[in-house]
Amino acid sequence: MKTLSIILGVATIVASNLPVLAASVPPPGAASCSGCHSAGAAASVSRLYGRDAGEIVTAMTGFRDGSVPSTVMARIAKGFTDDELRAIAAWLAAQK
Amino acid sequence: MGISHRISRRKFLGTSAAAATALTFPLPAFAQAAARVVVIGGGFGGASCARALKQIDPKLQVTLVEPNKTFTACPFSNNVIAGLRSIEEQQFGYDKIAAGGVTVVAQAATGVDNAARTVTLADGTSLGYDRLVLSPGVDLRFDVLQGYDEAAAAKMPHAWKAGEQTLLLRKQLEAMDDGGVVVISAPANPFRCPPGPYERACLIAHYLKTKKPRSKLLILDAKDTFSKQRLFQNAWKELYPGMVEWVSLSQGGKVNAVDPATNTLITDFGNHTAKVANVIPPQRAGRIATSAGATDNTGWCAIDPVTFESKSAPNIHVIGDACLAGAMPKSAFSANSQAKVCAAAIATLLSGGTPTAPKLINTCYSLAAPGYGISVAGVYQPKNGVLADVEGAGGVSPADVPREFRAREADYAQSWFATITAEVFG
Repeated sequence: MKTLSIILGVATIVASNLPVLAASVPPPGAASCSGCHSAGAAASVSRLYGRDAGEIVTAMTGFRDGSVPSTVMARIAKGFTDDELRAIAAWLAAQK
Repeated sequence: MGISHRISRRKFLGTSAAAATALTFPLPAFAQAAARVVVIGGGFGGASCARALKQIDPKLQVTLVEPNKTFTACPFSNNVIAGLRSIEEQQFGYDKIAAGGVTVVAQAATGVDNAARTVTLADGTSLGYDRLVLSPGVDLRFDVLQGYDEAAAAKMPHAWKAGEQTLLLRKQLEAMDDGGVVVISAPANPFRCPPGPYERACLIAHYLKTKKPRSKLLILDAKDTFSKQRLFQNAWKELYPGMVEWVSLSQGGKVNAVDPATNTLITDFGNHTAKVANVIPPQRAGRIATSAGATDNTGWCAIDPVTFESKSAPNIHVIGDACLAGAMPKSAFSANSQAKVCAAAIATLLSGGTPTAPKLINTCYSLAAPGYGISVAGVYQPKNGVLADVEGAGGVSPADVPREFRAREADYAQSWFATITAEVFG
């Protein structure tokens, strides 16, 4: 197998493929957002794909500390650290 | 892309020096096909997962096995029972999923041979897989409550799978004279949609209050506590005073047997004869999960909390109501969240990677009346081998808030249904 793998020598292709896959795999928590926040949402519910990442982080930290009033979002935002929120926001911002 | 995929899937490592040469070699037949993922069950879990797999890695051969051409959604089906919504608004097809490159097979899966990695279909043909996803939902148990079998369900509907049963319960309520007693029998945990029986009680009470105000609604419960309990009980007092009565397990609420001939529900403490009886029986994972070797002695499926891979059947992943997801409730929102995490984990595994620990969210809305919504939410992560609540997060709507808050949550509930069904089927 090792010989075959060297002959096939696909490391460059693998290397070019994996980041594509990695980029499309959402960071922890991000995949759940679209259940409420994608196309079809009422005007009162924010659509998050393609939204500015900074706005998303500001909103989530505001929900979390209570400075931005909410119904359910405070309960959800409290489940995430600053780093997690930044990663989620960056991923959402990159989606179409 | 195809080459890189199959190579990485086989965990080949090597240098790039001979890449051009490599392409001239005939490749083994098994390596030429893209990885095959079969998803069994076209509900919120399975349909979401099939779509997510194709979105994450378009090269995957994804097959969705679902015998029904039309899916009838359970969330909001209590509104149909209460005459507030049509069944057609609950129904969705698979055309858009097929148009996205998922092969939709309109047959029942009758068996799984995980050693051979094949799924047998109702017509006797079989499908091979590299990874199998089971999202079979629940089977209602017709072997627990004495007298409650499928024939009894035609007289005393469960309405716990949306469709004909939903309409049957609605017709029975419409046919009932004012002053009748409606009885709901609620099962012990775990079961599909933990707040569902209590939302149903609210919306049936709304119908009775509006059309048949001398009627009563009795809930016979096999539990002493239930989801969003304080909020529901407050709503019963506030909205339906004197109409709704809840009998807990310790008060003798557990139904042991039924007599469909007389519409009687039998507990240790006595008999209750109903004009309309809604019997929600105990449940278990859909039976295909047992064929696949994925159920344990509880009748449900233990899973790895990172990948949703079965703890007893390698290469088989279980999502949605059928799996034991720790603190996550059996809800459409959970199934959809799990589906997307599971799809990403499968794509990572098939490309030779190691999935990292996910976080998942659930939000369940219930309506206590039109325009009166309440919710429970949670955030979950793997801990000690199960999905556990992230401490400090989640919980239910506040108890003492103005009706405007309830109205907003009712609006969000409607919006959620529109959004999630668009994501899954639209």
